Amino acid sequence: MNDMKPPLLRVENISVQLGQGSRAIRPVDEVSFSIRPGETFALLGESGCGKSMTALAILRLLPQPIGRITGGRVWLGDEDITALPESGMRRVRGRRIAMIFQEPMTSLNPVLTVGDQIAEVLRQHHAMKGRVAADRVLELLDAVGIPDARRRKGEYPHQLSGGMKQRIMIAIALAGEPDLLIADEPTTALDVTIQAQVLELLQKLQQDTGMAILLITHDLGIVAGMADRVAVMYAGQLVEEADRENFFRDPRHPYSRKLFESLPDVRKREQALATIPGTVPPLNVVFTGCRFVDRCEAGWDYCRDHVPAWNTVANGGHARCHREADHPGMPPLREALLPIPAPFVNQQDGKALLQVDDLKVHFPIHRGVFRRVAGHVYAVDGISLQIPRGSTLALVGESGCGKTTVGKGILQLIRPTAGSVQFGATELTRLSGSELRRLRAKFQFIFQDPYSSMNPRMMVGDIVEEGMIAQGIGGTREQRRSRVEQLFAQVGLSADIVQRYPHEFSGGQRQRICIARALAVDPQLVICDEPTSALDVSVQAQILNLLKQLQNTLGLSYLFITHNLSVVSYLADRVAVMYLGRIVEEGPVGEILENPQHPYTRALLSAVPQIDVDSGREIIRLTGDLPSPANPPAGCHFHPRCAQAMPQCRQTYPPAFGTELHPVRCFLYAGNVSQ
Amino acid sequence: MIKPVLLWTDTLIFLLTLLVLAFAFYARSKPHLREPWARVVQGRIAAACSMVLLAFVLTGLLDSMHFRAPLKDAGNGTDTHYAVEVLSVLDVLAGPLRTQEEKTYSAPFATHLYARETIEQDDGSTLRAYPALRYGGSHLQGSGLDRSQDILQRSLQAVAETILIGALLLLLTAALLARRGGTTTAVMLRKIASGQTQMPWRTILATLSLLVLCILLAMHLATVYHVLGTDKVGKDVFYLSLKSIRTGLLIGTLTTLVMLPFAIFMGIIAGYARGWIDDVVQYIYTTLNSIPHVLLIAAAILMLQVYINNHPELFETTVERADIRLLFLCIILGVTSWTGLCRLLRGESMKLRESEYIQAAVSFGVSHARIITRHILPNVMHIVLITVVLDFSGLVLAEAVLSYVGVGVDPTMNSWGNMINGARLEMAREPVVWWSLLSAFLFMFTLVLAANLFSDAVRDAFDPRTRAR
Repeated sequence: MNDMKPPLLRVENISVQLGQGSRAIRPVDEVSFSIRPGETFALLGESGCGKSMTALAILRLLPQPIGRITGGRVWLGDEDITALPESGMRRVRGRRIAMIFQEPMTSLNPVLTVGDQIAEVLRQHHAMKGRVAADRVLELLDAVGIPDARRRKGEYPHQLSGGMKQRIMIAIALAGEPDLLIADEPTTALDVTIQAQVLELLQKLQQDTGMAILLITHDLGIVAGMADRVAVMYAGQLVEEADRENFFRDPRHPYSRKLFESLPDVRKREQALATIPGTVPPLNVVFTGCRFVDRCEAGWDYCRDHVPAWNTVANGGHARCHREADHPGMPPLREALLPIPAPFVNQQDGKALLQVDDLKVHFPIHRGVFRRVAGHVYAVDGISLQIPRGSTLALVGESGCGKTTVGKGILQLIRPTAGSVQFGATELTRLSGSELRRLRAKFQFIFQDPYSSMNPRMMVGDIVEEGMIAQGIGGTREQRRSRVEQLFAQVGLSADIVQRYPHEFSGGQRQRICIARALAVDPQLVICDEPTSALDVSVQAQILNLLKQLQNTLGLSYLFITHNLSVVSYLADRVAVMYLGRIVEEGPVGEILENPQHPYTRALLSAVPQIDVDSGREIIRLTGDLPSPANPPAGCHFHPRCAQAMPQCRQTYPPAFGTELHPVRCFLYAGNVSQ
Repeated sequence: MIKPVLLWTDTLIFLLTLLVLAFAFYARSKPHLREPWARVVQGRIAAACSMVLLAFVLTGLLDSMHFRAPLKDAGNGTDTHYAVEVLSVLDVLAGPLRTQEEKTYSAPFATHLYARETIEQDDGSTLRAYPALRYGGSHLQGSGLDRSQDILQRSLQAVAETILIGALLLLLTAALLARRGGTTTAVMLRKIASGQTQMPWRTILATLSLLVLCILLAMHLATVYHVLGTDKVGKDVFYLSLKSIRTGLLIGTLTTLVMLPFAIFMGIIAGYARGWIDDVVQYIYTTLNSIPHVLLIAAAILMLQVYINNHPELFETTVERADIRLLFLCIILGVTSWTGLCRLLRGESMKLRESEYIQAAVSFGVSHARIITRHILPNVMHIVLITVVLDFSGLVLAEAVLSYVGVGVDPTMNSWGNMINGARLEMAREPVVWWSLLSAFLFMFTLVLAANLFSDAVRDAFDPRTRAR
């Protein structure tokens, strides 16, 4: 509107079909949008909505031979790139449109040095060779913030960390000096602190080079921080398009609104989260009505038989919803029907169910022909925590800090090197194999990826039943079966699914089955290892609701291992922040989130993308990556990345300062010692 | 009365057949077991391949029912004496193919020998000419029919009969399907013809018709001609190739049967237990692998041969001797070939051991034995199945190589390997005798190709990950 520059990329009614005949699916159905030079355009949606396919269709990189573009045009400037021959496309890819992918680990060739991989693009698109190319590679590595570029350019991908690899990917993309960068979930595989670094880098590069970015993401927080305009995609179509400000102030499409409502948040602690019932419809059918109608609370009969138009809405954007066009007989919008919150009976009686003292898990590193122990990976290095009955302790930290090992060490899935784990009155570390096996019903584990934690060749009924059989509980076969059905009902699944296989379910359903399986043996403690990180937000909300409801009714204790701080704020009672095998700060959830003490906690919190557009907070940037737990820095483990490090920090590991309820291991608080 | 002869390999092959049938019966009632197999045959290629394989298996089974025919009663009916020759049901069915022996080589469909001979004529003079065959094309003499005309006529007749039988089969299938599906036969016919049925009936019927055509052509042509020529001693090559089917199938299946327990047990134990057990298993298979297999096989077979020669009383007939050698070959091949699968399974169970669902099972206190049988075994079964089917074709080919080297099956036994071994000299002749090699190749190629395509379909159907979409 104010910016009347001609669009850089204009996508017109593009449609993609995968497969042939009646089983063909249409992951992208008549999608149109345009991107202006220098603009960041975010394509938002849950998995399976066709975001990545749209990007691949623009670059004509659809999976072959099944994928093809069935209609529409893509204009790059005034050139229709759908009409270009394959050789012509090669000039476009990398040169005018570059793409970075979600998984930096698999996007780089492991047998070429990173310098070579960047130089390849230079040779291809700018005919640069030798000295000139080498200098340009160094420039690019500097531009993406790789320290010591001269050395790094001769290294192989496996020598670099995840964040570094993604920077290299960006450098490769930049090497062609593209007009448009397509970033397909560029930070999903990275930790929050690294994510913040990469996003900041993208913004800086955009300012410097003036390229446009098509950002594909499912994270509203990233959209809020990055995008100029937002398009929401659902079931192969755009359902809403708006400026960022308007979108975050007043999302119009019911689907967009639901996405916001289902985000966990500290303010929603006392209520159930909004969820979107059902799943994305299969895309091989011809739709006669709105695609969202089955999951929509704002829909009415009319929506079923009439395909909604691309209506212009009050804020200047567009929404594909009948509510935006005045239809006679449109029922008034019902108030959002949040389920009545479950009664919160506080079952905490103060007694610790689990008491962990100075837990250590060290993995020996073997070297040489004789497999001599050459050192140790200090995965968990002296952790103490306790969980009272019926409460939730969240263990927060970046990947590689040893969170999962703590969980497995507590459950004795990995035998700890030292320390004690008291469960009730039993010392778990000293139990023999068979004694431990008998006790295993009391504590259970829920894994991150619900699919890989179920045997793909067993029916879900048998999977849930297995624990009961192993523990010899549940009575006869018939009694066990009825218990399984009852468990399925408890986690919100219908009972007739017992004879189906795990792959027939969606991610959320699978995680429900895993929860049912854990519940089958009546545990008192459940260790949840990132149970929602593989799921979409709306599904995550369902699982969080379920976990909360189960805690309230069954009095379960949770050790909730996660890196997602918004989930923590919604679910946890206490939070322990972990860095490189040790807990650096622990306290009640409110205090940790509102008043973080340790510099690492503060950096972690500030790195989480926020959806409040004008929160005005400043990101505390952490430099570098997590050091290797095989060789932790002397003194405070965090001092090499800490902006407030003092000489003292380099010498000794800080003891616990602060209050007993909120201990902090940092010398900054040495003044107000309370011990 | 005939006297049934049950050879060692016969016993094993019927046992195997019974096992497969029992499993099929069991799987019929279990939807989760039936479903992947149903998916296998729902593929068009797999359906056609399974028909071809079935034809091979049937031939093999018919050839495994052995008996000794009674000799003509010599005197006043005291003891019945039996012929030394052990026959199979296939021999009886093949009838003239077995008995019509020529003097030496003759080309396919030939009416005369392949080599010129000196023929003494009635008047005492001699003539260098190609003598007429005793059986091949002998019906032509005096009938005034041309050979190619005759072949054409007989082939056309076979084609006509095939069309008839094919149409009958089609009608029958349609009628049966219609009754089960509750529609009319006409509707079902149209569905089959357009390939819209869930089972690829069109493909199955087409393959069946093709097989019927082969059988009919054999019936019409092979009885009066040597369709694939004759070998050095005048035996019909088509008959030899048919008899070789059993040998090939036996080598392919029995060897796997011997190998599987070793490979599965050792592989899974090594991968799951790790530590010193893993070291021991690795040591065993590395050692075994570093000995040339042909050497081991040759040593074992030669030792057996010595044993057979020293104990002639244990073996009544030559067929029994040949049979024990075949069985021994299967065993020794099995012992030497389990290492590959074992290594695969070790790696896979090592990977599975760390998988989250095994960890979940551990966290439920499930015992080791149960973890292995319930979680690891079913999840490596697809590897076992694929290896078995792929190895099958490999072993059929290995038999050919070993027989060529001279340590394979008994030289008196019909096998493709022996045929190829014989062709070594035939190829060096001038003019070249090419038909033995060609027919061994044709039969082997059909079997191995069908098995390979079938194994692909099996793998796809049994991998739950490919089903997810």
